[in-house]
Amino acid sequence: MSISNAIPGASAAATQGASPLAINGLSVAYQKKPVLRGVTFEVNEGELIGVIGPNGAGKSTMIKAALGLIPAIGGEVLVYGKSLKSQRKLIGYVPQRESVDWDFPTNALDVVLMGTYGRLGWYRRPGAKEKAFALDCLSKVGMADFADRQISQLSGGQQQRVFLARALVQDAKLYFMDEPFAGVDAATEKAIITLLQELKRQGKTVIVVHHDLATVKQYFDSVLLLNVELQAFGPTETTFTQEQLQHTYGGRLSFLDPGSLVVSGAGGGGGRP
Amino acid sequence: MSDFWILLTGSLVAACCGIVGVFLVLRKMAMIGDAISHSVMPGIVIAFLISGTRDSLVMMFAALLFGLLTTFLIGLFQRSGIQSDASIGVVFTALFAIGVILVSLFARQVHLDQDAILYGEIAFVHWNLWEVGGVSMGPKAVWLLGVTLIAIAAVIGLFYKQFKLCAFDPALAAAIGIPVALFHYMLMGLVSMATVSSFESVGAILVVGMLIIPASTSYLLTDRLGMMIALSIAVGVASTFAGYGASIILDASIAGCIVCAAGLLFVAAFLLSPSHGLISRRLRQRKLAAETTASGARAV
Amino acid sequence: MSNFFTMLADPNMRWIFFGCMLLGLSSGVIGSFTYLRKQSLVGDTLAHAALPGICIAFMLTGVKSIGIFLIGATLAGIVATFGIGYITRHSRLKQDAALGIVLSSFFGLGIVLLTFIQHGDYGNQAGLDKFLFGQAAAMVGSDVMTMSVMSAFLVTICALLFKQFKLISFDPGFAKGLGYNVGLLEQLLMLLVVVAVVAGVQAVGVVLIAALLITPAVSARYWTNRLGTMIILSGAFGALSGALGTWISSSVSNLPTGPVTVLAATTVFVLSVLLGPERGLLAKRILQARVKRSFLKENEVLHTASGDRMKGETAG
Repeated sequence: MSISNAIPGASAAATQGASPLAINGLSVAYQKKPVLRGVTFEVNEGELIGVIGPNGAGKSTMIKAALGLIPAIGGEVLVYGKSLKSQRKLIGYVPQRESVDWDFPTNALDVVLMGTYGRLGWYRRPGAKEKAFALDCLSKVGMADFADRQISQLSGGQQQRVFLARALVQDAKLYFMDEPFAGVDAATEKAIITLLQELKRQGKTVIVVHHDLATVKQYFDSVLLLNVELQAFGPTETTFTQEQLQHTYGGRLSFLDPGSLVVSGAGGGGGRP
Repeated sequence: MSDFWILLTGSLVAACCGIVGVFLVLRKMAMIGDAISHSVMPGIVIAFLISGTRDSLVMMFAALLFGLLTTFLIGLFQRSGIQSDASIGVVFTALFAIGVILVSLFARQVHLDQDAILYGEIAFVHWNLWEVGGVSMGPKAVWLLGVTLIAIAAVIGLFYKQFKLCAFDPALAAAIGIPVALFHYMLMGLVSMATVSSFESVGAILVVGMLIIPASTSYLLTDRLGMMIALSIAVGVASTFAGYGASIILDASIAGCIVCAAGLLFVAAFLLSPSHGLISRRLRQRKLAAETTASGARAV
Repeated sequence: MSNFFTMLADPNMRWIFFGCMLLGLSSGVIGSFTYLRKQSLVGDTLAHAALPGICIAFMLTGVKSIGIFLIGATLAGIVATFGIGYITRHSRLKQDAALGIVLSSFFGLGIVLLTFIQHGDYGNQAGLDKFLFGQAAAMVGSDVMTMSVMSAFLVTICALLFKQFKLISFDPGFAKGLGYNVGLLEQLLMLLVVVAVVAGVQAVGVVLIAALLITPAVSARYWTNRLGTMIILSGAFGALSGALGTWISSSVSNLPTGPVTVLAATTVFVLSVLLGPERGLLAKRILQARVKRSFLKENEVLHTASGDRMKGETAG
């Protein structure tokens, strides 16, 4: 069930051409309500993939269930052909900004350093090498000057960049990002997309939960349209079509110009009636 | 000489509670600390009934057991959909009720009466032959607290980064493979140990206060976690000294005075903290307002 | 276990029995609202905070009456509520820490005052601590009379202001928009909690009164989705716990009423958790199994269906 238009043999040698992420039949239910049903897909390495869908469609849920952060009723998640639990070192995660208490007594550099904890094992502390790397990642997102700033003093965009720096520090091959563009200023948005393209250039795979339909074509190589069930998955060119979107959003979208895909009135309501 | 022992004991309590208290406050689990401090009581009573001794190790083990049981039950109910505050309330009141019943039924064996348990502070008077008012706390309590402090410092020190990350961003912690639940139980285990060691010396009231108030005070004074822990201990020790002094002058409960002192220090920090205090915030706001009107431009 | 009616035959026991039932009833009712507002532990905090208020009231008047104590406790409760709100609004501390701070510092102050009273020259202070830590067996007719009046008052207010309390519990912002004085209503709710606390503290004590405010309400939640039903059930569970607690403790010597009442409430809770329709453990297991089965079945169907659809797209 994989859509593949990748150049054969383009994936990294170390991972023997296995897909960075293969999900099979992932389902999550909250009490009686199905939140995610039978999601199955396989991604190609080195792509930026946008996860699109209306509110309540299960986008965040899919990420969290894939990572094992919430329980799933069923389904299998393979990272480079092996179970996710054994491959955590290859995964980077940028959660939603609201998931964290920004009043915590810590500074930006420290937050980024937390991304190294997975590598350090149980007993080691972050040392000079980690600190240098963290500082380097901070400057990649333009936040080097804010290294010792208390995080509650940062703006939304700055906080997001710190989160991204933390993801960079994780030095992963597969990244999950949950609404990184939400509520950020234009400069930060630009910084984020530059970063994503740099990651892609390095051959990493990034899966991004995204809400702004207007920028999808610009940002992502492939899209995954989700509304409780997988609606469509494939290259943006062929998959991000008016017809598919109407299908995903349950006919609640209105397109300004049938020819182009400038969209208005997106989102609202979850699930199909 | 007894002054020295009391102050030392109080300071050790402050240290033990101050360290774990910081993580309770940061994880927004202050009331779980309160719950554990109440619900270890039945464990101690049962331990005494079963073992027939007042052996500290036995009680420590019992406290640990009941503290972890409390944590487990609260988590169980939270996961099954009950609000966290209600989960806490149901569990600790049920366990405390069991404790009170046990004491009432077996009062003669445990040399206690109901009042004593409920007061808490003099609950263990008969066990350790103390006078009301807490005079002459023998070295036994000091040893117990000392060992507890070493254990707490060791565990927190060794796994500092894990505790920090689990407090700040449990989602990321889980995603990178840190066993969040394990560290949760470890923290609550340390809280149980701190509680029972402190019970032995100065009673239930002091424990809850010393777990939460100094840590909250230090939260208002600093933006660095390490400093927060250090300040939490410092505030606790200061409360001990100030409170003990007050209790002598006023001829009142030592534990009560120490907690009141801690409360006053909190109020002081709340108002006067240079970084987070009310007064400095107001001054900053006023300054900002003055600057914006003066420059005539809109503040960004 | 002594015969139920034998117990009731004893006039003393009758008072205690009805007193505890009423207590459970009113605590259950007001507890429903605090539960819904996610303020279950505020009752615990107010119970601890009441201590200094009661002590001061006693020290000032020298009278050991529940009316005086109520005033003292109410004033202390108001200060406590204000303190909790103030801390949460004006600092980075969250509600759990604010509750803990207020709870322990007020209680510490209360203990200091209590020792003052004990060492000082305050006359008839014997039994003050018994009052505070629960001695249902010492309840006499006049106590029960007062408790009944307080409970009736509480339930009546809740009935009259049901609509308003419901709204401010669910969506205070919206209520304000409609023009309700949300602040006043919230204070009133807190006041009612204080009333329940003062009434209950003499029966079950400071620590355990929280149980009567929380446990019956949580239990009721497992049986219904409608607020009105929940409140009635909660009151009923509370009353039942009070009744069972009194009966059982009267049958066994040395068994205090308070904790037994709490355990009765807890038993009702456990049964509710297991057997509640929809939300109970049993019901959920059955539901989960059913959902899982239908999911897996649909997944198979979907697999083939979307397989066709996707193949169609790549071709296009």
